[in-house]
Amino acid sequence: MYAIDHKDLGTPAAASGESVTLDIDGSTVTVPVGTSVMRAAALAGGQIPKLCATDSLKAFGSCRLCLVEIEGRKGFPASCTTEVAAGMKVRTQSARLQKLRRGVVELYVSDHPLDCDECPANGHCELQDAAEELGVEGSRYANGGATQRGVAQDASNPYFVFNPDLCIVCSRCVRACDEVQGTLALTIEGRGFDSRVSASQHQPFLESECVSCGACVEACPTAALTEKLPLSLGAPTEAVSTTCGYCGVGCSLKAEVKEETVVRMVPNRAGTANNGHACVKGRFAFGYATHADRVRSPMIRKRITDPWREVSWEEAFAYTAAEFKRIRKKYGPDSVGGITSSRCTNEETFLVQKLVRAALGTNNVDTCARVCHSATGYGLKHTLGESAGTQAFTSVNNADVIVLIGANPTDGHPVFASQLKRRLRQGAKLIVLDPRAIDLVRTPHIEAVAHLPLRPGTNVAVMNALSHVIVTEGLANDAYAEARCEVDTYRKWKAFVADPRNSPESTEAISGVPAALVRKAARIYAAGPNSAIYYGLGVTEHSQGTTMVMAIANIAMATGNLGREGVGVSPLRGQNNVQGSCDMGSFPHEFSGYRHVSDAATRSLFEGAWNAKLASEPGLRIPNMFEAALDGSFRGLYIQGEDFVQSDPNTNHVVAALSAMECVVVQDLFLIETARYAHVFLPGSTFLEKDGTFTNAERRISRVRKVMEPLAGLADWEITMRLAQALGYPMHYSHPSEIMDEIARLTPTFRGVNYEKLERLGSIQWPCNDAAPEGTPTMHVDSFVRGKGKFYVTEYVATSERSTSRFPLLLTTGRVLYQYNVGTQTRRTSNLAWQSEDRLEIHPDDAEDRGIANGDWVGVTSRAGDTVMRAVVSRRMTPGVVYTTFHFPESGVNLVTTENSDWATNCPEYKVTAVEVVRVGHPEAWQERIRAERSAQRSPAMPSA
Amino acid sequence: MNIERLVTMANDIAAFFASEPDPDAAADQVANHLRKFWEPRMRAEIRGSLEQGGNGLSPLARRGVERL
Ligand code: SF4
Ligand code: SF4
Ligand code: SF4
Ligand code: FES
Repeated sequence: MYAIDHKDLGTPAAASGESVTLDIDGSTVTVPVGTSVMRAAALAGGQIPKLCATDSLKAFGSCRLCLVEIEGRKGFPASCTTEVAAGMKVRTQSARLQKLRRGVVELYVSDHPLDCDECPANGHCELQDAAEELGVEGSRYANGGATQRGVAQDASNPYFVFNPDLCIVCSRCVRACDEVQGTLALTIEGRGFDSRVSASQHQPFLESECVSCGACVEACPTAALTEKLPLSLGAPTEAVSTTCGYCGVGCSLKAEVKEETVVRMVPNRAGTANNGHACVKGRFAFGYATHADRVRSPMIRKRITDPWREVSWEEAFAYTAAEFKRIRKKYGPDSVGGITSSRCTNEETFLVQKLVRAALGTNNVDTCARVCHSATGYGLKHTLGESAGTQAFTSVNNADVIVLIGANPTDGHPVFASQLKRRLRQGAKLIVLDPRAIDLVRTPHIEAVAHLPLRPGTNVAVMNALSHVIVTEGLANDAYAEARCEVDTYRKWKAFVADPRNSPESTEAISGVPAALVRKAARIYAAGPNSAIYYGLGVTEHSQGTTMVMAIANIAMATGNLGREGVGVSPLRGQNNVQGSCDMGSFPHEFSGYRHVSDAATRSLFEGAWNAKLASEPGLRIPNMFEAALDGSFRGLYIQGEDFVQSDPNTNHVVAALSAMECVVVQDLFLIETARYAHVFLPGSTFLEKDGTFTNAERRISRVRKVMEPLAGLADWEITMRLAQALGYPMHYSHPSEIMDEIARLTPTFRGVNYEKLERLGSIQWPCNDAAPEGTPTMHVDSFVRGKGKFYVTEYVATSERSTSRFPLLLTTGRVLYQYNVGTQTRRTSNLAWQSEDRLEIHPDDAEDRGIANGDWVGVTSRAGDTVMRAVVSRRMTPGVVYTTFHFPESGVNLVTTENSDWATNCPEYKVTAVEVVRVGHPEAWQERIRAERSAQRSPAMPSA
Repeated sequence: MNIERLVTMANDIAAFFASEPDPDAAADQVANHLRKFWEPRMRAEIRGSLEQGGNGLSPLARRGVERL
């Protein structure tokens, strides 16, 4: 069932810019060429009965309910598969049609139970609608659904149920899985009345290839596939448009509510980022919002060993403000700082950095984007001139060659992955650079033309080798590069990459990627004609993360693959608002819009607007804050939605730093790991509890809309505002729209953004200003934002983290579809049915050497620490490389990652840690020892205050 | 602050700018990066360590720090 406020037009929109005019039931209708008669009739306000058609799927023409009469044509064509033509005369209603349609519905009803009043779809079933409209109350052929009766219900999926006896075998689910999701998990088996929908090889949904995106459930016209929650909570009564709070795809969703309770989440078919699709997280995993673990009252404690004490908001703010004032007085303004959250809205992150800069008088503000995409900001700003991806997601529809580097979209960015798969099935070529054979390397109807399984830490060597081939084989687009870029830097770069040390034959020994494969990939990329690069944290989370981002920009500039549809450099952002939190001035060296704090003109603009003296020196970054905490010069920290202790590398180091501080304030939904080391807990709100905006990976600003009251009473922006007030710096906003107005006044790339325009346009891709009043889907069209593009020489520098005889394996980290980041939200949903622990993937050869079998407990040790988890023996891995996720605190993956970081931005090197893995007989003993070590770490560093 | 960590970080920065053939320009780029992205107490510490002999700093990192 689609969204309750969706008017289904039957078939998808036609892409043509040309239009035709026809006559439908006596009215003149003008529609784009290629539109179906069914859609044209719906656009004209009518509705032809239908069962196998829905506007998210290509017309199928199987049910024969949508028959119409067309003047001059014989018979009764199906309106869903018939395209409009100029001058066509269509009749959608007649006695003949009525009779034929009744016959069709009677046949369907004959094998369908008729207890509509008991059915969960009652009132929302398309078969019921058709029967009512045509006055069908029973069937001459009735057998009461006998054929399907007795086929067991499949309730294995935690979010939806499959009732075969309600199935009318319209194939909408099968087509949704193919066309919308691209997983191809469903088939129709058997013939005639014996036809059945089957997941994989007659498996329960949960055990099948199904990834629980819900597209089939939404497409189903009856209650055969139906969500479980509305069955228990009742039907929703209202739909509110909002934006998914999980990943950087930023899907537009409709929250369907019943008295402030979200009953269903349905992707918005008008949403430009997702075009009516969603994944298991956005569509189903919202239960955390009302989970019993949500903290509903502020809490304080003097020492981190004291029990928490629930207090009023007033007391919490007064206590925090007093502590921050005391610390500032004693140790100076730079002894305190704040962290903005990439999960919060633009308006909320903007307020936190404003509080830190204006109310606390320091630039010690950073964001969790530090540990994911900070290298993207630096790398793209220096080469192209703007710290953001260059394309809209839809650009992929025009790409001929798609290069995926260090990204795993089917797990990390599922809805974009579906779009990507569609393009690949149309014939675009795929090149994958990843130590692991991610799903997309080989999946139904898709096979990468080249998978370069490089050794972790050797990205730059491989990228230089690809560039070497392009330059030395004369495949570069000199005309483009010399016209659009700084010619001297281009020539310098060419000379550098052409050097024999960068040839694929030379780098093979470093990266492990055969030279011939690199040559092949380089030639395909250069041939394009439209080649697009998409990358993820496998690029940025390295000691050479920034260098790699620059190397990517270099190769795109050198081949002319920037500035139009189908090409570009697109970082796939992890969290929902990573792009936004960076845009909003969350980094310690820059104001919103990426302007350095040392720039006097910008500073005075902010000083005027904020009525405060602002510091001109860059502040501390997150890892620097930890160092400063350990040396005693940093004592107070306000953390908006970020779980350092679980997410940041080298947990022991983080814990020691936090334990050395005097006032740590955690604003979050749950008592996260970091809260163990906090003195103040301020209960935050979920994306369902507030208004605001998120900015996704394609720079798209979309509205977040409140559907329920904040459980603890205040939205996050209100908490920051009240804290500022308590600090003696009142802020006056009655709604987040006013914060956005201030952002627009102070930030050139946001100048044209306001809530009224967002309402009107649905979403806006920045830059949005006088030059581009409706936003900018593709960047750098006629020239680069920095003027001329700048090439950087990107020498490969090996990371100091190398495999040794003591730590012979390289550990790299990633994510799975069902869990999100540190799992704070998804661990509190039924997504646990798919993954309930982190596991270590290891190649069979490495496993055999160590006597490790699938499912064994293994100890993982690095120079930073150790942890224990279960092993999965997998050929996805390259020998010598092991892989895990970090969604569960128990696995303590970051106990083993090190403090190594990107040279330019200190983005941690999560992707390379030298480790040894051993089979362990008694995991409990390991877990116990690790726990003991962690608490021992804490005690000696107890704050003295 | 942990001076060894700062030295490693400075060396990492210098390793990136080492590809600049003009040694003077390379040292300037290192110094400029430190000025733009390092908080004052980090710069003070690394300068302090240089005055103590600059143990562990690579030659280019050293020249960059000298210009702070
Ligand atoms: S499960 Fe629903 S969508 Fe699928 S064939 Fe049956 S009725 Fe159609
Ligand atoms: S939930 Fe998604 S993946 Fe699973 S069968 Fe339905 S459409 Fe396919
Ligand atoms: S793809 Fe990302 S934004 Fe879209 S529904 Fe899934 S988690 Fe949400
Ligand atoms: S809706 Fe047209 S044939 Fe089924």
